[in-house]
Amino acid sequence: MTGLLDAILVMLILTSFLLLGSSRLGACIRIGALQGIMVGLIPVAASGADITARILAIGAAIIGLKGFVFPRLLTWALRDSDTSSELKPFVGYTASLLAGIASLVASFWLASKLDLAAGASSQLVVPVAFSMMMTGLFLIVARRLAVNQVIGYLVIENGIYVFGLAVARDVPVLVELGVLMDVFVAVFVMGIAIYRINREFDHIDSDQLTTLRG
Amino acid sequence: MSASSIVSVMLGLILAPLLFGVINRTKAWFAGRRGQPLLQTYHDLMKLLRKGAVYSRTTTLVFRLAPAVELAAILLALAILPAGGVPAVLAFSGDIVLFIYALGLMRFFTVAAALDTGSSFEGMGASREVYFSALAEPAAFIGLAVLVRLGGGASLSVMFSGIGKAAWLAAGPALALVAVALLIVFLAENARIPVDDPNTHLELTMIHEVMILDFSGPDLALILYATSLKLWVLGALIVNLVLTLTDWTGMSRMAAFMAGMMILAVLVGIIESVMARMRLLKVPQLLIGAGALSALALILVMRSAL
Repeated sequence: MTGLLDAILVMLILTSFLLLGSSRLGACIRIGALQGIMVGLIPVAASGADITARILAIGAAIIGLKGFVFPRLLTWALRDSDTSSELKPFVGYTASLLAGIASLVASFWLASKLDLAAGASSQLVVPVAFSMMMTGLFLIVARRLAVNQVIGYLVIENGIYVFGLAVARDVPVLVELGVLMDVFVAVFVMGIAIYRINREFDHIDSDQLTTLRG
Repeated sequence: MSASSIVSVMLGLILAPLLFGVINRTKAWFAGRRGQPLLQTYHDLMKLLRKGAVYSRTTTLVFRLAPAVELAAILLALAILPAGGVPAVLAFSGDIVLFIYALGLMRFFTVAAALDTGSSFEGMGASREVYFSALAEPAAFIGLAVLVRLGGGASLSVMFSGIGKAAWLAAGPALALVAVALLIVFLAENARIPVDDPNTHLELTMIHEVMILDFSGPDLALILYATSLKLWVLGALIVNLVLTLTDWTGMSRMAAFMAGMMILAVLVGIIESVMARMRLLKVPQLLIGAGALSALALILVMRSAL
């Protein structure tokens, strides 16, 4: 089933590129959801024929949370704000795409030096994981709006999950659900924070929070 | 060089203007109209060839030379292009570079002639054309590099015969990415939606159409014909690539190629019917995106060498 897994991993890179290149918040949330769904499909695709109910349950939990609950939370946080797109990111969208390509090259180089992929079912797992972590970090640094930063955080989390898949094939259910729970709480809290910031200041531009210092 | 190679070039020469007819018919069908006849471009060419040309007094030799050079350049590209499993008339190692730069020469003369007229609108069109093609070229080159790597030879003819089902099994995602990147380059280079609107009548927003405003009569006919050949040549790259998925040979491969070209024209018509033109500011992003797809594909096929 390497072909299917490879296809999903390539799709993950493409969704990261899309996130780097799109300014519309609605589109970003939907692309993030798509990425979450694909991350959820990875354990199912990686296990191939010897699929168990446990793997299916984990996949379903990931898809449910990252593909449906988080996007709903973020949309809900944006409900009353007039912001529909990020107008002035710190790094422009074209430059972001170039940075995305550079980080991809860097992660392939890094992965070839680390030689971690011995246990992984696909050669692509480690470099894709690295590139997703870098992309997520880049989104957090380069975007002003809190929603985009939350999405960047989710991309990092997705990258870490994919990386975990490479180094440890078999993670106990409890650990996995614990991580998912943490992410859920984080996004929930950030969603409420965005909502509050928006209600208080009529915008969700996190850059302007520095002026709050009394 | 074989007889079938010459036949495939002849077919390109004859059928290229038909693509515009198919695209326009598809768009008309989407809009609920009957549309112009399929052979409209041929009638236009005939009409233009019978007319006389008018030259502005500000133009120089460059302007008069441009249509002929453009046609010659695109004919060279057509000669390098294999079609439907038949090797090209002209094939040697490294001919992909000549292929890309034959298209580059064509563009250079279009731009030079546009600047030669001294019109400010044509200058704007020329500037955009150069900017966008500078972004589209890396995408095309890197994409072709992927095919060279998988096909095992830096010649278009060797490349497309070297890629088969085995290559698709081994590097399917990379080849699919290249196909998408080439499609974006194809739309951008041929001034189709979402990069440029061929039907627009406002000079401020045009790219290709504005550069040829001052041409008339036989000159315009040559340019129109060269443009249709460019559509054919770049489209053939995509169709050839997709056809490597099949293992048809001989006549059936050739028939599939011709059908593929028509399907591609229908696809362009559909894209133009369902999409609007992008804002000019967004176009570089699309082209860099195409470059990103190509680069990703190259990384995927090169990763064993890293």
